Amino acid sequence: MRRWGPPVAIVLLLLGLWQLASSLDVLANALHIEPFLVPSPSDIAQSLWTDRSLLLDNGWVTLQEVLAGFAVSVAAGVGFAVVLHVSPTLRRAFYPLLVASQTVPIVVVAPILVVWLGFGIGPKLAIIALICFFPITVNTLDGLRSVDPDLLKMMRTLDASRWRTLSGVEAPTALPYFFSGAKIAVAVAVIGAVFGEWAGSSSGLGHLIQQASAQLETALTFAAVVVLSVLAILLFGLVAVLERRVAWWGPVPTGDR
Amino acid sequence: MRTTSEAPVAEPQPVNRALRRREDATDAAMPRAGAAVEVDALAHSFGDLEVIARLDLRLSPGEVRGIVGPSGCGKSTLLELVSGLRQQSTGSIAVQGSEKPRDRLGSCAYMPQRDLLLPWLPAIDNAAIALRNRGASRREARRAAHPLFERFGLAGFEGTRPSELSGGMRQRIAFLRTLLAGKPVLLLDEPFASLDAITRAEMQEWLAEALATESRSVILVSHDVEEALYLSDRMTVLSPRPARAVAEVSAPAPRARPRLETVTDPAFTAARERALEALTEASR
Repeated sequence: MRRWGPPVAIVLLLLGLWQLASSLDVLANALHIEPFLVPSPSDIAQSLWTDRSLLLDNGWVTLQEVLAGFAVSVAAGVGFAVVLHVSPTLRRAFYPLLVASQTVPIVVVAPILVVWLGFGIGPKLAIIALICFFPITVNTLDGLRSVDPDLLKMMRTLDASRWRTLSGVEAPTALPYFFSGAKIAVAVAVIGAVFGEWAGSSSGLGHLIQQASAQLETALTFAAVVVLSVLAILLFGLVAVLERRVAWWGPVPTGDR
Repeated sequence: MRTTSEAPVAEPQPVNRALRRREDATDAAMPRAGAAVEVDALAHSFGDLEVIARLDLRLSPGEVRGIVGPSGCGKSTLLELVSGLRQQSTGSIAVQGSEKPRDRLGSCAYMPQRDLLLPWLPAIDNAAIALRNRGASRREARRAAHPLFERFGLAGFEGTRPSELSGGMRQRIAFLRTLLAGKPVLLLDEPFASLDAITRAEMQEWLAEALATESRSVILVSHDVEEALYLSDRMTVLSPRPARAVAEVSAPAPRARPRLETVTDPAFTAARERALEALTEASR
């Protein structure tokens, strides 16, 4: 109760205010627009129920894109982090590029990727991977490099090969860091999927949002956003649960302490 | 006195021998007539920073040598140089008769200041990590480590996670880890610096006993004169950076085992005062 009380109370309070405001047409009057364009929470709830099969079908499409894109970025991000960790030369060469990749506006890249990769799942995967890749790589790399230098020296006198040190010491040390990156990545992956669908697709929640808002179906638009948020929260929770299961030791204190 | 007896520096645990790399088994662990560690006219600098001015050191097999000096005087660097982790600027270092850094790495086991136990492994797997590094299976490694837990009063703690152990217990596991590497030379870098005074005294007594039953050559670095003198056979006092030896003090023999008796013995306190005097003199 103490844990869930405050967030639930805040959400209920905001929803109540919203419901009140829309039944009095406060927002519609202030913006000089038709009241039906400002759906109340009850309108959205109703849309969530009546359009449930539409939302579920499109939600399933988006979920598949997110999971596939996330999987690709985990594999690529971890692999890249290990390579950059093992080779200082490659790290110096690629690190600036890695950062630069994040300055490319996804909104601009998305249509180009559609031109290149078509309307299928390809461009969505590419966009999600482009977004998720960064937090995973950077966090994992930080984790790999956070190992106490004295521990590395000790491992060398205890006859550890480079591989043993990597697999037995550096990788487990980096695991909690990896999960920090993965939690950020999975939440933004949902945004990536929406961008991908906007750039060109015939299904998915992003596509649904685009369609619904074009047809002034604001309640359905909001309902799709709610589903999207729930999806992101669930995925985040799933990764957090997984983290507690497999990386329960948390960040290992280092010599800087 | 266990010091300069010509006890061969051999494998203390036969079970260890089986798990050790083949080339080590024939080479590093063989008893030698000469010194366990021989440091000759050693000097070392990091760029322009001169850390060790000049050092000569000779450790007979089985000797426990304390090295004391003010903080930052290059004691830890000395251990890195001896173990072959770092290449010295000038001078020569031989461990078990070999000057090759590779051979030195093969003959030395380094115990860092903090225990640095891996939190995801139970105590026994932490202690046996060197065996795993050399390719032993988890079962083989545990079987080899088990008797040491018994022998050093750690029975029952094999499966305990490091986070559930006290500081003193963690340090004991860390020492077992160093022992289980099966190396003839142990390099201990301020092993008890992170412990509180009472635990520290207990640990010194424990380590004195452990070292007495193990015929290893040990270099023990400390900033605590009493600790180094109690644990070692002979103690070298270093000057502030750049380090050079300013005094060599032998531990008064014969020594009583219990720590309190030893450190209050007049001969011991006299030796301690001599060392402290040399330390203060050099720092002036």
